[in-house]
Amino acid sequence: MRYIDPHIHMVSRTTDDYQRMAQAGCIAVTEPAFWAGFDRSSAQGFFDYYRQLTEYEPKRAAQFGIKHFTWLCINPKEADDPGFAREVIALIPDFLERETVLGIGEIGLNKNTKNELIILEEQIALAEKYNQMVLVHTPHLEDKLKGTRIIMDAISASSIDPGRVLIDHVEEHTVAEVLDRGFWAGMTLYPDTKVTPQRAADIIEMFGTERLWMNSAGDWGCSDPLAVPKARLEMAKRGHSAATIDQVTFGNPQKFLGQSENFKLE
Amino acid sequence: MSDSEFTCPQNREEVINTYFMEHRAKLIDIAAYLDRLDRARPVSEDADFRDVAFRNAIAILTDGESQRARRILDLFSDHTTEIPQSAQGMKGALGAPLVTAQEGGAA
Repeated sequence: MRYIDPHIHMVSRTTDDYQRMAQAGCIAVTEPAFWAGFDRSSAQGFFDYYRQLTEYEPKRAAQFGIKHFTWLCINPKEADDPGFAREVIALIPDFLERETVLGIGEIGLNKNTKNELIILEEQIALAEKYNQMVLVHTPHLEDKLKGTRIIMDAISASSIDPGRVLIDHVEEHTVAEVLDRGFWAGMTLYPDTKVTPQRAADIIEMFGTERLWMNSAGDWGCSDPLAVPKARLEMAKRGHSAATIDQVTFGNPQKFLGQSENFKLE
Repeated sequence: MSDSEFTCPQNREEVINTYFMEHRAKLIDIAAYLDRLDRARPVSEDADFRDVAFRNAIAILTDGESQRARRILDLFSDHTTEIPQSAQGMKGALGAPLVTAQEGGAA
């Protein structure tokens, strides 16, 4: 069996995690730029982070036969200061030329503020200018529904094809609108928030397998880098076919990510 | 329901066989949580907005309608349309909106 974890923050994980993921069948990961758990004090901190994502992590993953790709941005949590955010955004174009960069992400909203929205729109414009795909973070808990709608409206106001945008962290109350508007949808498998493997399987049963993937979003918080193989097991336990399981955990990520010429599994 | 609407690969007996014990435990956890609240000294005469939302959500479980997960997530969502300028001074997400369904939100 093989699978892709298309959203995981390996900078926050140990090398043992790479080994366990490889043993469970992971052949590729994609890592969006995100909040480190604290606000960085300068744009230089992001420069170093982008180097880590594009230089160090691909080598660490390769030790276990895992391909590592990345997405670059300033995350919404640190985007509430537009002046600072613009300093960081100015660093991104040079890194887009690197061979494992797939696009702009994870951009989005955190507390659904005007400041966050301004920077979201500027990063959407960046993706437009450089013809990049987009990976979207949607807000947590009670802010998710409102934020998801604001984000989709902002992207729809651009010329970016929704088929080149994945809206992540969908749940039962947001997945239908995301798919109806032509976007891809990501389900994040978390122990307490977002969705469990059981609910991810439920969503597949209700909405089908088109334009849907699942990811662990493993990071520095309570999360599980083996969440995707556990969801595969959950689907198998229920009687889903091997083809269906393969589609949502390998075929679909491969199809979406393959829209970037940098996404090469061989 | 027509056959095309039975989208779960398992039949009902199989679903119960697979998941009953797990969800029995979760149900008792909720009951124990509510008992714990009963035993806890209140700090205000006003109900906590999270507790109000939680109890409204429990009512959805037994209202006989489907789409329970979606409707509970809707209940726990902020349905306001204002966009504040900055997150400065805001708390992190708390899991339920300050304006509850009873006060005008959509369930």
